[in-house]
This record gives sequence, structure tokens and C-alpha cells, in this order.
Amino acid sequence: MSVEIRLNVRQEAFSLDVDLQLPSPGISCVFGPSGSGKTTLLRALAGLDRHPGGTLTVDGVAWQSKREFVPTHRRAVGYVFQEASLFEHLDVRRNLEYGLRRVAGGQRKVSLDQAVELLDIGRLMQRRPATLSGGERQRVSIARALAVSPRLLLMDEPLAAIDVARKQEILPYLETLHRELAIPVVYVTHSPEEVGRLADHVVLLEAGRASASGDVHELFTRLDLPLALGAEAATIIEATVRGHDDRYHLTHLEFSGGEFVVTRQRLAVGEPVRVRLAARDVSLTLERHHGTSILNILPAVVDGVSHQDESQVTVRLLTGAVPLLARITHKSAEELGIEPGKRLFAQVKGIALLT
Amino acid sequence: MLNSGDLTALLMTLRLALISTLILIVVGTPLAWWLARTRWRLKFLLEALIALPLVLPPTVLGFYLLLALGPDGFLGGAAQAWTGRPLAFTFTGLVIGSVIYSLPFVVQPLQDAFASIGRRPLEVAATLRASPIDRFLTVAVPLARGGFFTAAVLGFAHTMGEFGVVLMIGGNIPGETRVASIAIYDHVESLQYVNAHRLAAILLVLSFVMLITVYALNRRYRVLRA
Repeated sequence: MSVEIRLNVRQEAFSLDVDLQLPSPGISCVFGPSGSGKTTLLRALAGLDRHPGGTLTVDGVAWQSKREFVPTHRRAVGYVFQEASLFEHLDVRRNLEYGLRRVAGGQRKVSLDQAVELLDIGRLMQRRPATLSGGERQRVSIARALAVSPRLLLMDEPLAAIDVARKQEILPYLETLHRELAIPVVYVTHSPEEVGRLADHVVLLEAGRASASGDVHELFTRLDLPLALGAEAATIIEATVRGHDDRYHLTHLEFSGGEFVVTRQRLAVGEPVRVRLAARDVSLTLERHHGTSILNILPAVVDGVSHQDESQVTVRLLTGAVPLLARITHKSAEELGIEPGKRLFAQVKGIALLT
Repeated sequence: MLNSGDLTALLMTLRLALISTLILIVVGTPLAWWLARTRWRLKFLLEALIALPLVLPPTVLGFYLLLALGPDGFLGGAAQAWTGRPLAFTFTGLVIGSVIYSLPFVVQPLQDAFASIGRRPLEVAATLRASPIDRFLTVAVPLARGGFFTAAVLGFAHTMGEFGVVLMIGGNIPGETRVASIAIYDHVESLQYVNAHRLAAILLVLSFVMLITVYALNRRYRVLRA
């Protein structure tokens, strides 16, 4: 199953021309600077704007074709806007019920209780939107969109209007959605952090064109794309919990390219975890050092090198088949003789668990 | 206190204002909704037309209405063919005149209220499966309720205060077209100041109370849009 999008929008100072196939289920992050057409794309998917000539198919159901345009209220869509946009004249419960009541019984797959529990908003039910904090409002708005049992969930920078602390409050709920809902999600953002935490699939949008579309692990480490060259460049790796070390209070993670050790986590053995390795936290050495405090040292092969700025380069490595980014200075690269095919060791200083 | 003629005139005023207000809300709501949402380039022409009664001397409006509602007018003629009498100098004629005369007082606050909702809540409702008419009734109307209240009160109060148009198209038929403002004029003409005082005071107090309510509930409201 998949979401197939073909759109060609021409406006005076702007055009959007995409032909995309997104996985279903799974979160596809549409990533790009403002003005790149992210919101235009999302509004077209919801049918809020009409762009004749495009086609859109969601899990085999045509929402737009040459002959047909299904209006927004007949699309099984859920839409979370950047500002929560709750109905100010209704309390939280009636906001949630607004969409739910308009979905035929047989098509309800998500119950109100499920949506409320998933976003943890049970104690807000009697409140008016005006009395909620920004984070609470956005959680209610996400639950409201889920309560219509969408077959495609669209999220337009849902965290952009929220301060950093509140973001950290909401991200875990989004990750839960990711695991529990078997629907495709198109998530628009300009934050590499959100892409790293949530995406299965990434679409890079630049000036109305999809400059790349693919698996998140692949796209994050492609040296020809801006993600790998930004200050926040990082590698996303899927790992599983292999076991715990009770003596030193450590947790062992394994992935297809090797193994990591991290501080003790409250995770069950066998549980999947996503980890993020910042490129600047990975250093390179020609020999495996023993007299070092760094626990995570992985044998790797240089796959490519990209000029970063006057003083730094970004090195793409392969550990097994898993790509890994390291950011080092030109000076070090020269002294180590970094070139494709070179065998060395990657020392990983920091590992962030994203789950 | 009030003699029976004045009481009849006062009740006639209230009846006229009530019926006109109901019709104004029914006619003004779709008109205001359309004006608030359309991107039609020439909508300013229609807006100016609706606002005309704000600046036109009531006698001018009354004069044209008299022609239209009389036996040779297009409205009066049709009425005569259908009911046997023209619309001029009837209560129905007064209602038609009042609706036109008070239209801007109802359409403008409603249009402002609908415009200030913005498109977003209606788009949200569409993504929550609400059809266009459903969105209008369950989102636009409740969110614009302040505008409805203002429109109703101003429409009512403005119709109550009508004089020139009534004089031109209604005349002064007791129990049919003789409203309070006309009765006051009659009393003054015949130097019956005591009777004029009583009716005038009642209208003054009623109007003031209504406007106080509107301004208290909606301090941002302006009668005339700049």
C-alpha cells in the first residue's frame, strides 16, 4: 500500500511539481525551507485547494484523478494545522466529538477513548480551548484529527508554534502514534530533529521540487544532500536491545553493523530503539585504541568525503552495510589519509536514544 | 399614561421593528456570508449599494420607494394585481421600506463577524467531515453569534427610529401605518407637548438601553465602517 501523489501547481511567483510515492503505513517527513511548497502540498492532499490535472491515490482509493475531485469533507483525511485551530465555541470533549460524530459507525477504527488516551488529555475534557496551554491545545488537535479514523494523517509543522519545552512534551506522543497507528502520515517540518525522530521516509522539497525522496537512514547520510552537511548532521540507526549489564548499569544495543553500549535504559530485551549519532560526536582513528574512555568503537570503511567548510569535512563511513557520518577537520583528514576504501575505526562519543 | 392612540402607535412601532428585524436576519445572513467570503472584484459596488441608506436623506429613499410601491410601481403594481391593493400606505409597504432602510445595520456587523472568523475554522471543519452547510451552521454561526446579536439589536433600534421613510410611504393611518415617531411629530404640530414628551421619552429610553447592551457586549463595534 502507498500514497501516490502527482501534482503540478503553477502560480505567479511559485510552482510545485512533484511525483511521489510514499510508504503506507509509515511517517513521511516533507522537509524543506519555508516557501519550498510544503504547505501547498499538504493542502492539496487534503483537498483544501483545487489544482486541476493532479492525481492522488491513498491506499488504492482515488481522491483526485483526471475526472474526479473528492471534496475535503468526503476524504478520509486527518489534518493537524500549525496552530491548533480548536473550535473556541466548544469545550475539548465537543471538539473531539465534532469529527467523530460525522464518521459512519462502520468506518470508525479509532475510538474517542483511544485518541484521548494516546494523547493523554483525559483530564482536559471539560476545559475550554482558551484555557489550555499551547502544548495541550496541539495535543487536543491531534486527538481530534485521529478521532475521525483517517486513512491519511497530514501534519503541518505541528510543533513549530510551540516552545522548545512543549515540543519535548509532544514528541513522545507522536512517536507513540508512529508505533500504534497503521496509517500513512505526511508530516511537514523544517526541523532536522523532528525528521530524525519521526521519519521512516523523507522527501526533500526545494523550490517546489522534490530533490530527493527515500528512506530516512539513507537520506540523512547522503553527502550530496543538505541534511548531511548541516550543523546538525547526524546518522539515524535502528537498533534493538540485546541485554543489560547489571554490574556497570549499561545497556547493550545491536544493529546490523555492530553493537553499541549506552547507559542503562528502562527497555526490555528485544525492544526496537532508534538512535541518533551526531556527526560531530564521531571521531576517526586508524588503530583501535585501548587506553580510551570511549566505549563505542566500530570498524568502518570510508565511503566518501565531502567538503564542509574551510576547516571541516564530512566523512561517510560504512559499518557493515550501515552508513555513518563523521565530521572531522581538514587537517585530521589529511593526516589520516582519508579516502574512499580506507579502513579505520569510528569512535562514537555520544548516542542519543530517540524512542 | 399613554392615550389609546399613542399606545397603538407604540405597539405598531414595536411590531414593525420586530418583523423587519426577523426578515433582515433571514435576508442579511446569506448576503453577509457571501460578501465576507467572495473574491468577486466588483463586490465593492454591492457594498456601496447596501450602505446607501446610511447617507441618503430618508426622503430620497422614501420617494423612490413610494414610486415602486404605488399602483404604477413594479412592486406595488404586482401587489395590486395579486391582492387588489398597492403596497404604498400599508403595513407591508412599511416593512419593505424598513428592511431596505435598515439593511446596512444588519449586513455590516454580520459581514464583519463572518470575516473575522477567517477561513481556518471552516477548513478545520471540512477536514472533520462537515459539509459546507454543516460547517456554516455549526461553526460559522456560533462563532459569529456576537455579530448576530449586534445586527439584530441595531436593526431593531434603527427601524424603531425611522421617520422620513415612513412619512413618505406610510403616511399616517392609525392602526395601520401610524408609528410612534409619526405620532410624536403630530403632537408637536398640534402643540400637545405633554403627549409628545411621553412618547419621546419612551423611545429615548428604549433606544439607549438597546445601544448600551450592544456596546457593553461588543466594545469593538463601529456603526459605520471606515
